[in-house]
Amino acid sequence: MTAFKKFFASGTPWIWINAGAVAISIIMTVGLLMLLAYNGLGHFWPKDLMLAQYSQPVESGEPLVREIIGERVGREEVTAERIISSGIPVTGSQLMYERELVKIGNRDLNGNDFTWLLTDYLDDLRFPENLTAFERWEWGNFYGYVREVREAGVSVAVSDPANPADSAAWDALVVRVDRALGIHDEIASLEKGEIGEVNYALERLRLRQRGLELRNTDTPEALAEIAAERAEWDSRYAVLQEELQQLYEQIERDTVVMLAMNGQETEIEVSEIVRAYQPNGMHIGNKLVVYTQKLWEFLSDDPREANTEGGIFPAIFGTVIMVLLMSILVTPFGVIAAVYLREYARQGVLTRIIRIAVNNLAGVPSIVYGVFGLGFFIYFVGAEVDQAFYTEALPAPTFGTPGMLWAALTLALLTVPVVIVSTEEGLSRIPRSLREGSLALGATKFETLWRVVLPMASPAIMTGLILAVARAAGEVAPLMLVGVVKLAPALPLDGNYPYFHLDQKFMHLGFHIYDVGFQSPNVEAARPLVFATALLLVMITAVLNQLAVSIRNRLREKYKSLDM
Amino acid sequence: MTELPVTNTSSPATAVAGSAFPASAATLSRRRFRHFKDKLATVSIAIGGMSVIAAVLMIFLYLVYEVMPLFKGAVIQPVSEFRLPEEARAPALHLALEERLEVGVRLGADGQAVYFDTANGQLISSIPLLIPAGQTISSFALDTDVSGIFALGLSGGGVLIAQYGYEVSFGENNERQVFPEVSYPFGENVYPLFDQQAVTKLSVRSGTGELMLAGTNAQGVVTLLQASKETNLFSAFSGGAAAAGWETEVATIDGVLPEVDQLYLDADRRWLFSIGTAGNLSLLDTRPAFNGGVPEIEDEVALVEAGRQITAVDFLLGGISLLVGDSAGGVAQWFLVRRDGEMAIEKVREFDAGIEAGSRVLAVSPEQRRKNFMTINDDGYLGIYNSTAHRQVAFERLSTGEPVSLAVSARGDGVLIENADGSVVFWSVENEHPEVSWEALWQKVWYENYQEPEYIWQSSAANNDFEPKYSLAPLAFGTLKAAFYALLLAAPLAVCGAIFTGYFMAPAMRRNVKPLVELMGAMPTVVLGFLAGLWLAPFLENNLLSVLSTLVLVPVSVVVAAFAWTRLPDSVRFKVPDGWEAGLLIPVIVLACMLSSVIAGPLEVAFFAGDMRSWLTNEMGIPYDQRNAMVVGLAMGFAVIPTIFSIAEDAVFTVPKQLTYGSLALGATPWQTLRRVVLPTASPGIFSALMIGMGRAVGETMIVLMATGNTPIMDANIFEGMRTLAANIAVEIPESEVASTHYRILFLAALVLFMFTFVVNTLAEIIRQRLRRKYSTI
Repeated sequence: MTAFKKFFASGTPWIWINAGAVAISIIMTVGLLMLLAYNGLGHFWPKDLMLAQYSQPVESGEPLVREIIGERVGREEVTAERIISSGIPVTGSQLMYERELVKIGNRDLNGNDFTWLLTDYLDDLRFPENLTAFERWEWGNFYGYVREVREAGVSVAVSDPANPADSAAWDALVVRVDRALGIHDEIASLEKGEIGEVNYALERLRLRQRGLELRNTDTPEALAEIAAERAEWDSRYAVLQEELQQLYEQIERDTVVMLAMNGQETEIEVSEIVRAYQPNGMHIGNKLVVYTQKLWEFLSDDPREANTEGGIFPAIFGTVIMVLLMSILVTPFGVIAAVYLREYARQGVLTRIIRIAVNNLAGVPSIVYGVFGLGFFIYFVGAEVDQAFYTEALPAPTFGTPGMLWAALTLALLTVPVVIVSTEEGLSRIPRSLREGSLALGATKFETLWRVVLPMASPAIMTGLILAVARAAGEVAPLMLVGVVKLAPALPLDGNYPYFHLDQKFMHLGFHIYDVGFQSPNVEAARPLVFATALLLVMITAVLNQLAVSIRNRLREKYKSLDM
Repeated sequence: MTELPVTNTSSPATAVAGSAFPASAATLSRRRFRHFKDKLATVSIAIGGMSVIAAVLMIFLYLVYEVMPLFKGAVIQPVSEFRLPEEARAPALHLALEERLEVGVRLGADGQAVYFDTANGQLISSIPLLIPAGQTISSFALDTDVSGIFALGLSGGGVLIAQYGYEVSFGENNERQVFPEVSYPFGENVYPLFDQQAVTKLSVRSGTGELMLAGTNAQGVVTLLQASKETNLFSAFSGGAAAAGWETEVATIDGVLPEVDQLYLDADRRWLFSIGTAGNLSLLDTRPAFNGGVPEIEDEVALVEAGRQITAVDFLLGGISLLVGDSAGGVAQWFLVRRDGEMAIEKVREFDAGIEAGSRVLAVSPEQRRKNFMTINDDGYLGIYNSTAHRQVAFERLSTGEPVSLAVSARGDGVLIENADGSVVFWSVENEHPEVSWEALWQKVWYENYQEPEYIWQSSAANNDFEPKYSLAPLAFGTLKAAFYALLLAAPLAVCGAIFTGYFMAPAMRRNVKPLVELMGAMPTVVLGFLAGLWLAPFLENNLLSVLSTLVLVPVSVVVAAFAWTRLPDSVRFKVPDGWEAGLLIPVIVLACMLSSVIAGPLEVAFFAGDMRSWLTNEMGIPYDQRNAMVVGLAMGFAVIPTIFSIAEDAVFTVPKQLTYGSLALGATPWQTLRRVVLPTASPGIFSALMIGMGRAVGETMIVLMATGNTPIMDANIFEGMRTLAANIAVEIPESEVASTHYRILFLAALVLFMFTFVVNTLAEIIRQRLRRKYSTI
């Protein structure tokens, strides 16, 4: 015991407790990253499909035996009391029960995609090779056996679900799914591309006409010209519409008859299927291929089903464009302000106060910037801009409503202190001797700045910019007020004049997480996708930050030697 | 670089070397150009730099600019003064002003509704009301100016219900035209209350398809009348003129009430307020009267002090609060509250409408959109008040005559005052934000339908006569609560971690730990909020006990592991150099967490009936929300740790080495050195780190938005949620109307956040700078 007392008296336990704090922080950070990575990346792996008999205990009478087909998603240990209070009268003497979450899909048949099952009551677990999973455009996943493939209502291939080796229907289906996906792409490109262009042109004609009316220059000739153009676009639209109609007829040709769990039979249109696979029969290589496909789809596709499935490309694109625009705005202003503060302003109490103020602005809550952006940029400046230049579109606001430009400006304001502080630090590290050398050689102050000081400070400027970008990419609260939406109808950059739509609302990774995770009706289904999005966002900000840190460290090393 | 600076050209040395550096015209102009460029750059950088800094600082000014109007009083300006048209000579029953302030209407005791132009008093039209021949008006009652429905008690014992209004149409050039209109939505027939006895006092309340009247005669008998319409499709479309088929029900109350001077019915058409001449009010439930019972007086109070008389009474918008003006310049607000299961009427607050001068309040008139009212007293002072905020927005002498009647426009932006000599003055009022006062924002306010004063934030509701509740107190409380629980986790972890990292940790490990902490700081808060709300909150709910047991198990296991480590043979211990303790502890802590999750299940069964959550709620009476302060504390603590850690670590690490070496050389142990030398020196830095961390926690939006239920409650319970200022802004500002009071209050919330964090950060920064200067002298 004396040893323990001595151990306490020495103060060593306190040192260890302090060490424990560091260890906890490390565990929390690493654990969080692992949690994100596991949930985010695991989602795309094609999991095996389980077939089992489930007989949950009931209050009285014979337990009901159900067939279950689905993916096993997660499991947890629960006390018996909780199971009982959730309405399942377990009778065993067990203290704890294991229950697992199974994704049973088939929302159109079951109502729910997910169900909790008690592992102890699962019987007869099998993984038949011909169990098939569909990912669909709507209604989530479908699990079952392929029984028959029909073309225009006529049966072309039939399989026996009980015989895993009978793959006739499956083979017929694979080809047809590919065909349907091809037509689907054509339809999408027609609708988004050419028809979108026509609609855009018609809208511009309407605004032109309204503009003429407002300026009282709506002469009959001008109106006739507009009418002629409109007629031309209308006729083009009619042609496209016809084309579209044909494609729709083609895509609806094939159907597949499926046998779902508990013997339910249902007919699904092949055009509804995004991807079909039989995970139980796939070896690891095939699974990797599907995994890569799904990952790529996540990164490159549009979202579907209220953002809970499909990809997040518009969100990535919106984030990138917004951050780029913000960088273009923030860099010159931040650098000029820093140069002024460090090189031109008289150093005194006032500059010190300004420096502290600028420094502290970085600590002002981001929502405050959002409020400012909403009030000043959108309701004040935006409304004025609309009055001056976009009268023909009124009362529908063009810039008097949240949009890309205002979001970028707000974030530029939010991050300009970061750039100023970083640039100033860089400027202060440049040895005096270098400046004096340049001046002594006859260069003017500006030439010294331009040729000597700024190039040497450029890594610091880069650091500031990267930190600003990292902050902007992860920031959501102000954006909610000034421009992001859950689903943007079009990308801010497209083929329609003026190509870059500054007034458009956009999607954003961070807001996507908030929206899908908290506003979506089917949280359980959306969760893995949100994890993946969160992982992506964390990776982007982490990489940017580490980049900034390493540039800064290199810079410090470099000037350490110069200081000598 | 072949040129020399301009100033040197005239020196003798240059004259000798003149041929070497010829100052040709081209060179000179080039020099001038360079000089110009330099000047231009200086000016533009100065302008640019200053304007960027100004733009950033402008945020503050703009917020102030948006908030300022909240605290402005009302501005009252004269518009016109005129005499009423000849048709309006009979005493006024009621005076009203149309919503756009263009038309006034005056109901006269002679049964004429006179509409006049408010610009010059010219007659627009005079409409006679359908009073049966041979009868006169013996009493008058207005439902509300919102509906325009009024009742006329007649000398024959009947009551005529009519509605004044304005038909608005748009002419050829889209110009607005207002046509006066008097309609009879409850039929043109007279509702009989008494048989051949004049109705001396009257009160009326209407609802959609429903009507209630209360009248009394000279004998003090009170008759109640309910009329309702069978709302079948046919009658609903048949229009007001042919509104026959009203079902009426009559109840007589005799001998229950003391003498009756004034009668008022509340908006629910349930409570009858009967006021006697001495200023005593009797509260009567009308329901029993229609169910065959005898109504009883529920409560009796004296509305005014002895020696004062009641001079003006009206309902506030919504028909819940009764405003009572007296002969000594006071106006009191009364409403019903429940006391021990019984309804009682209580005085809620009192306003000054000329108490000092002892003026008589002549009229009290409510607005129709807000809980505002205006008063006029016999000295001609007009008072404008907001009831909720308990605020006098204006008190000005407007009328030099003897005011008899006051009309307030629907939006409270215009006032008509009629004087006894028949002259009328029309004033415009600019009163945008009367709902805000220090009391309304930060103190307990007694809202309508509440039993006592409370702190409540409830900015909007579906109905028009809603009383907005703008108490920032629950939001500020929620903000501090969230920050407190976040710091409860973050402060010890970050400061202890910083101390270890800055003072004890091996440099090799420090090089790895610092980027990791920076990575922790770079974590977007939306990700933390998402994890907190969708992963941590359900996890905590299911594993509450195991999380709580880690709080005990982890420190214990750390100490035990440390002790065990000192007992290990040196050969093992020397394999790990000093300063790697944190690394050694990682597996220990992971194991401790796993252990606590293993023992939690049996513990829960043994002590908490198998389910700690329901045990807490059922046995302990502690409400448990899934998204609660504990979740927020953990998630926001995570976000704040790196901020505190970095600054505190900097403070510890930069403590001059000669100080610590000196202490160690004198024989102090590392721990003693830390406590007696390092910590006192670094404490201002650690303090400023905590302040900056708190600033961050106060302003954090996404985590609280996602990890709490966002209910604005004032409860420190760790298992319940909260709503913070920042989250409140994020939730409400997209929906609030621009430039409305709500919008500006949200700006005020933003300003409060801005000021708070700015002040805290500035203090922290100043402390840090002083600390740095102190070190530099050592």
